[in-house]
Amino acid sequence: MKVLAIIPAYNEEASLPVVLREMSNHAGGVDCLVINDGSKDRTAETARAVGVGVVSHPVNLGAGAAAQTGFRYALRRGYDIVIQIDADGQHDPRDIPSLLRALENEGVDAAIGSRFLEDRGYRPTRMRSVGMSFFNGLATILTGQRVTDSTSCFRALKRPVFKFFAEMDYPTDFQDADLRVLMKRAGFRVQEVAVSMRPRLGGRSFINGIVPAYYVFKVSLSILVTLLREAPRLRRE
Amino acid sequence: MNIRVQILAVMIGLGILVTILELIRKRKLREEYSVLWFATAIGILVLSLWFPLLEWLTALLGVVWPATTLFLFGLIFLVLISLHFSIKVSRLTDQVKDLAQEAALLSEEVSRFRAQSAVPEARPDTSSSNS
Ligand SMILES: Nc1nc2c(ncn2[C@@H]2O[C@H](COP(=O)(O)OP(=O)(O)O)[C@@H](O)[C@H]2O)c(=O)[nH]1
Ligand SMILES: [Mg+2]
Repeated sequence: MKVLAIIPAYNEEASLPVVLREMSNHAGGVDCLVINDGSKDRTAETARAVGVGVVSHPVNLGAGAAAQTGFRYALRRGYDIVIQIDADGQHDPRDIPSLLRALENEGVDAAIGSRFLEDRGYRPTRMRSVGMSFFNGLATILTGQRVTDSTSCFRALKRPVFKFFAEMDYPTDFQDADLRVLMKRAGFRVQEVAVSMRPRLGGRSFINGIVPAYYVFKVSLSILVTLLREAPRLRRE
Repeated sequence: MNIRVQILAVMIGLGILVTILELIRKRKLREEYSVLWFATAIGILVLSLWFPLLEWLTALLGVVWPATTLFLFGLIFLVLISLHFSIKVSRLTDQVKDLAQEAALLSEEVSRFRAQSAVPEARPDTSSSNS
């Protein structure tokens, strides 16, 4: 089983060394690939210094596009499983073994880390909490399966899933509830796994300012058109 | 219709026509993006010179003033042109994204192979000045 951890990073020189150190301590045997999304700081150099693979976008394309570059890389280099983890230190590499364990079940195509499956002390702000409940509720109804953390991008994906993401018109910015609905329509079986969530180690999240309003609009619209489109037909390998 | 409005409309139509032709001649505008602009210019010219047609359309729309019909059509065409551009820009955005991703992946591959075969990194800045 070849496993690749893809780490999208945009101006994350502060937290990346910590994340990479934790990766080697708690997820040995997993290759790491940092996708430097046109950072203006020393993100790429920081990653190269510890000897992990780095793919650098010549310009900033967005967090979703960075993840997709990772999927494309994994597809070409013949990986069996992709783990997606943030570079800001919010996801804890100690949770990777439980994500991988969930994939040992034949009937699971994707394991998605959830902060809310168990109470591990994560407390979102009030505004965020309202938005997240809305999309969790919507995704739960539309997938017929309990979704507790639709915004989570901490996940482990089997090859058919990341192949699908690599080849589709993947969102370039937010990766959210619309993807959960899409995965359901594509026939993938998803399991949520309890993980911890920490405050950012540095840098800043892009969900601030006017972005939340746009975010709610964009993800809602995306869910709507996902439902209006024909369900994707998958070419299984 | 007021003769001054008619002259203004003809001038606008001609102005668009000449500008578009000139931009294409100088290769600043690609032919495929000019179709709707030509349609707009010719539409304005036809409506402002062929008065019976304009009157007929005005009656059809229930508008009082023929010039309103003229500008209404101009507006509709501008909306279509904007929509056309939004579609083109969306497609370009996708293409640029794919190209940037491909460039990133290829460049990683090149540096990996270079490291394997121990060929030193090319330094375009210094080597080009010697040749
Ligand atoms: N903000 C932002 N993050 C990006 C971008 N490209 C890649 N990323 C990475 O995507 C991950 C998630 O971003 P973040 O802003 O923390 O999103 P959040 O955790 O959902 O609030 C981080 O590892 C970022 O470094 C980008 O263009 N903008
Ligand atoms: Mg984050």
